[in-house]
Amino acid sequence: MSRTYEMRGNSMFRKFAGAAGAIGASFIASLSFGTAAIAAPVAEAVVPVANPGNNAWMMTATILVLLMILPGLALFYGGLTRSKNMLSTMTQIGATACLAMLVWVMWGFSLAFGSTSYEGTLGLFISGGSYFLSGMDASTTAATFTDEVISEYVFVSFQMTFAAITAALILGATAERMKFSAVMAFVPIWLTIVYFPIAHMVWAGGGLMFEDGALDFAGGTVVHINAGVSGLVLAYLLGKRRGYPAEPMPPHSMVMTMIGTGLLWVGWFGFNAGSALEADGSAGLAMINTFVATAAGALTWMVIEKMVGHKGSALGFCSGVIAGLVAVTPAAGNSGPFGAILLGIASSAVCYFAVAKVKAKLGYDDSLDAFGIHGIGGIVGAIGTAIVYQPFLGGPGDGSTAMSAQLWIQTKSVLITIGWAGIGTLIAALIVKTLIGLRVSEEAEVDGLDISEHGERAYN
Amino acid sequence: MCEAGDGIGSKQGFGVKFIIAIIKPFKLDEVREALGGIGVEGMTVSEVKGFGRQKGQTEIYRGAEYTTNMLPKVKLEIAVNDALAPKVIETIQEVAGTGNIGDGKIFAFDLADATRIRTGETGETAL
Repeated sequence: MSRTYEMRGNSMFRKFAGAAGAIGASFIASLSFGTAAIAAPVAEAVVPVANPGNNAWMMTATILVLLMILPGLALFYGGLTRSKNMLSTMTQIGATACLAMLVWVMWGFSLAFGSTSYEGTLGLFISGGSYFLSGMDASTTAATFTDEVISEYVFVSFQMTFAAITAALILGATAERMKFSAVMAFVPIWLTIVYFPIAHMVWAGGGLMFEDGALDFAGGTVVHINAGVSGLVLAYLLGKRRGYPAEPMPPHSMVMTMIGTGLLWVGWFGFNAGSALEADGSAGLAMINTFVATAAGALTWMVIEKMVGHKGSALGFCSGVIAGLVAVTPAAGNSGPFGAILLGIASSAVCYFAVAKVKAKLGYDDSLDAFGIHGIGGIVGAIGTAIVYQPFLGGPGDGSTAMSAQLWIQTKSVLITIGWAGIGTLIAALIVKTLIGLRVSEEAEVDGLDISEHGERAYN
Repeated sequence: MCEAGDGIGSKQGFGVKFIIAIIKPFKLDEVREALGGIGVEGMTVSEVKGFGRQKGQTEIYRGAEYTTNMLPKVKLEIAVNDALAPKVIETIQEVAGTGNIGDGKIFAFDLADATRIRTGETGETAL
């Protein structure tokens, strides 16, 4: 039995630097739970037991992330497409998430957080063991950032939803033209060579960026930059949608997009506050930040629209909400509330510029702005975290790492993520392109992917 | 509808005008009420799109501007006898007007015939 704890001990999950010191001896500290010595022989380590309160919160948080995907992201993206591609967009998201869940329990968890830590270089990029969840049962636990533990199955489920949503986010860049079969072939390859290693590098003990001291509370690099850059590469490989940009392609239902935006925001509390892995004060900090950064982002976008002579729009509101949420993700437990507001404002402004100005000039067709908002907002958030972490802005940092040093650490993590995601996606996409092709036929595209790929229409 | 029209024989039709009015959608209720007040007993209403001097409108999504060249309007179709027709046109013109471009148009022409489906009545009695 004790083997399990030691294994888990080697694959600690850090999302904020402050926890680094506490990590080493954290498990054994849970010995103090109750009067443990009553029955157990002194020589044997006492089995840490998950606190029901923490477990209950983490189960809730996990389901909230599922809500972000289905129906949150499905409605958000679906509403932005033309009505002939509504079902295709939503179905690709749902099926991608399901595939990611299955891959996660087979080998995904192993590569990211598996029980075996490799020595040397390999250990910087992946772990092993735990294939098909071997060695786990209802009594095994995973460490948090304090001396608490949560049930291991809960931890596996929570991290599973992150893999699922990251893969689904990419589909915003490929919407309205990528084959369903190509999506299904791309996702397992991409998860294996891109997502699992990056999750390991950032969040697992021994990981490259983890050891470097990079701050990423809930996935600014792992989820958002990763999905955004991967989407951008795929968008380039796929080519523009037929008729873009000459032909108008307005969102077919801003109402659906607004509903999806609301569900994403609600679910994001599971994503960000859940990343504390406990129902503690750090989760509370992540919660308040997830409110205020988002509120600032939403209003900033609308104010900018007004300033450039347009009307404050519903899509502007939704885009600002997402820009704020994305930016606060790495900073959720690494910022004070007012630092988070600054981050929300900065992210919204930069993302507006990226999607309204830069995108048109560069001429790529990132259909629903997966790169423009998740990629760009993620970069603003990841680098900005170094600033809002500082005590002078009310951040939880103790000032022991100079801001300039932290900025460089954050920038490196961004560059590594961009490079890894870009090259990995290129490889995965070229494999799929060679085997089955990426793009639907021109006729299928004109008819709409709903009817041509799924044999259905969204609205009858 | 109750009074006989002037000189059926003098026209090709049977003393009934067919009026088509294109108006701003938000004026529909006011116009319907005003026409009811002067004795119009029925009309057909549809939502239509089109353009005139007002041209289209601009939609902007994340900075991408689309100019739609069609604007939503409401179309009224009303058959009334010749005596009432000028009053109907005048009422629509007064009530539906805002003084801005895009207020719409009113067209009127002689109706050749009308049949009530339920009874098979034709001519003015079918109205």
